[in-house]
Amino acid sequence: MPKETALLQMNDIVKIYPGVRALNNVTFTLYRGEIHSLCGENGAGKSTLIKILTGAEIRDGGDIFLDGIPIFPKTPMDAQKSGISTVYQEINLCPNLSVAENIFIGRQPRKRIGGIDWKKMNRLAETAMARLNIRMDVASMLGEYSVAIQQMIAIARAVDMNSKVLVLDEPTSSLDAKEVRQLFFTMRKLRNAGMGIIFISHFIDQIYEITDRVTILRNGNYIDSQLTKDLPRMNLISKMIGKDIAADVLHKGSEAGAEKSVFYSAKRLGKRGVIAPLDIQIKYGEVLGFAGLLGCGRTETARLIFGIDRADEAEVEINGKRVKILSPADAIRSGIGFCPEDRKTDGIIANLTVRENIILALQGRYGMFRRIPFAKQVEIANHYIELLSIATPGCEQLAGNLSGGNQQKVILARWLTINPDLLLLDEPTRGIDVGAKTEIMNIVVRLAKEGKAILFISSELDEVVRCSDRVLVFRDRSLTGELTGELDARRIMETIAHAGGEAPARSPAEEGLYG
Amino acid sequence: MDKLKTLARRKETLAVIALTMLLLFNVFFTPGFFSLELKEGHFYGSLIDVLKRGAPLMFMAIGMTFVIATGSTDISVGSVASIAGAVAAQMIGGDFSTAAGSAAASLTPLPIAIAAALAVATLCGVWNGFLVSRLGIQALIATLLQVAGRGIAQLITRGNVITMYYKPFFEFGTGYFLGFPICIYVVLAVALAAYLFSKKTSYGLFLESSGSNRSSSRYAGIKVQRMIWVAFAVSGLMAGIAGVLIASEVKAADANNAGLNYELDAILAVVLGGNSMKGGRFSLPGSLIGALLVQALTTTIYMKGVPAQTILVFKAVVVIVVGIIQTTDYGKLLAKFIKKRPAGVFEVEK
Repeated sequence: MPKETALLQMNDIVKIYPGVRALNNVTFTLYRGEIHSLCGENGAGKSTLIKILTGAEIRDGGDIFLDGIPIFPKTPMDAQKSGISTVYQEINLCPNLSVAENIFIGRQPRKRIGGIDWKKMNRLAETAMARLNIRMDVASMLGEYSVAIQQMIAIARAVDMNSKVLVLDEPTSSLDAKEVRQLFFTMRKLRNAGMGIIFISHFIDQIYEITDRVTILRNGNYIDSQLTKDLPRMNLISKMIGKDIAADVLHKGSEAGAEKSVFYSAKRLGKRGVIAPLDIQIKYGEVLGFAGLLGCGRTETARLIFGIDRADEAEVEINGKRVKILSPADAIRSGIGFCPEDRKTDGIIANLTVRENIILALQGRYGMFRRIPFAKQVEIANHYIELLSIATPGCEQLAGNLSGGNQQKVILARWLTINPDLLLLDEPTRGIDVGAKTEIMNIVVRLAKEGKAILFISSELDEVVRCSDRVLVFRDRSLTGELTGELDARRIMETIAHAGGEAPARSPAEEGLYG
Repeated sequence: MDKLKTLARRKETLAVIALTMLLLFNVFFTPGFFSLELKEGHFYGSLIDVLKRGAPLMFMAIGMTFVIATGSTDISVGSVASIAGAVAAQMIGGDFSTAAGSAAASLTPLPIAIAAALAVATLCGVWNGFLVSRLGIQALIATLLQVAGRGIAQLITRGNVITMYYKPFFEFGTGYFLGFPICIYVVLAVALAAYLFSKKTSYGLFLESSGSNRSSSRYAGIKVQRMIWVAFAVSGLMAGIAGVLIASEVKAADANNAGLNYELDAILAVVLGGNSMKGGRFSLPGSLIGALLVQALTTTIYMKGVPAQTILVFKAVVVIVVGIIQTTDYGKLLAKFIKKRPAGVFEVEK
């Protein structure tokens, strides 16, 4: 433990959103000249903490000290002025302006009569880029450069003015391996210059490659902070996921001998830069679980299966027959339904009624001119409201007024109306209360017992364990292992951590270190 | 009380209240506004005038309602109306010699001429729909191209104002049936047809879901692009009917002036009717009431003897007031005023 004073000290930070305590007395310490990873699953509070630090949100309690001086950033401008710079995941630069303009936008050097001093601006921009060891033509359009270079330019803009702290929020999510190396080079250079860097990434390998220290958050609570080299991967992951492995197993349908026929099978399903090609089979009556950390490729795979994104090349067979699935409508015709991860933007249609939401997919399959008679619509809606015990004053209630769990059930109902053979459930239990979670899981298992194929994606490992017959484990945008037989969360975590499991190890070096 | 709340939340309520207020204003301040005369079996009066003059706008508002429900706008309706008028006029013929006596003939049988005009207008709509839904061009830009449609109308009429003499064609715009202008019956029939199309097929549902949440609708297997395409085609057809009506009323096709500035009135009518420019839920009756409101406002201003050039100012005031009310719930807005918020808090909708 270095004896120096902290560069940035955040003590007992509290943030309360209506109904949620997003941060609960979180403590975070950043030293000079270190790269510090902030780790945690979705909803852990990482981004809320960053937003408070950068002035995008106002804290409800706690203190922040920068160089020992208390600060209270109210706007991103405040934070910037006190020396905290941020580069967000989505690069917010203007592709149709020059590199120099992007770096100096809003603070262009002026000539005495008020015009912009272009020569000086370009010279300063060149110096700023040179600090990151990049020589480039700063007068050319930003859009002409690769995403990685654009990221560097964003960093150059951020660190230009006497910054002490640099926040990088998922900077690598759209970079390829070579570009990541370039970024890491820049980060090390800045670190060696004494800057404190907060690095947020869901790539475990990258965290171990670049960071000196990790702080782990979970459900808005501070969990632990350690030197990266002293924290085995396994421990990091279990701290992030936070397990009490005692869940009762709901479904173990895979009895030996009971051979089920394959409903969906795909070979070399993949998309460049999104998910490495993989082979996958889903059988009638089984729950196939997808496990892995956020951004590991589980959602992306489901989107390819459902035709939302197009696979680069894939041989897809439904019931043994070759098919092409190029759109959700194609997938629905083949008997596939999809409950998306983001219920609000991709699932529920908030200003339609519960009835309209439920019959939407069925009506979509019937088409425009074969309208389901109103009385029949009400009957269908009420049937599913009862079957799934959706808590709503009636089927004419606006779906947006329902609670999260009930909205999820409405989307489930939407798919059940078309009686799909395969149902893709992406985080069906996210953001809903515990009781509703159990209900949803029970429905999932019941559907599988009725013979449907189910794909169950969840970041909660015990949910995956409880529901699934078989689990595919993803890491860093590729399928790394398959687990069958007796499942437990520990085995899954080991597979995530080591990319080992029953699949060939991806990195022998790692096996040597942690095996 | 609950019923009152539900009523207050209905889209059309605001338009109905505004129309009622305008009419009340006229009861007290515009003598003769409500007088109805029966001359030669025809009703005459300002109210009839509002209905009759508002007819082209009501047609356009019907089509515009569908387009706005998708979250787009169609600013080509005025030009498309002029094209439709030009096509009809060209096919009927503007040669005075064919009009010798009262038994003036048409170059083409009347039904064919009208059908052709409407077909061309629909085609314009289909083209707009293609640009917006298939090529992904922003609706404002795509339909802005059609504003060049006036040029097409000019080409058709070879730059002339074609004056027509074929009497049966004028029935649509100037004729009466059972005391009321024929065009009012046509408006009712078309509005009813559009209403049934939106309610008795699933088009209305798909349109509302596509406009409310594109991504969710796509995931549910709805062909969102096709819905947008249909909306623009309907808008084209409606603009065509309006164009034929205008031509029939003024007995001429004037490529320069037919349907001029109607697109803005049509958008205004739809928005006044409580439909959000963001798309989603829509109300056809609301749009029709909105169109009547726009026309009633215009007529009132004329009758008050206010110079016609200033009409735009009055419309602008209405747009501002409605825009403000629409950005927030009226209640919230009221609360804001009561709590005295700092200046400059009015959000402007995209």
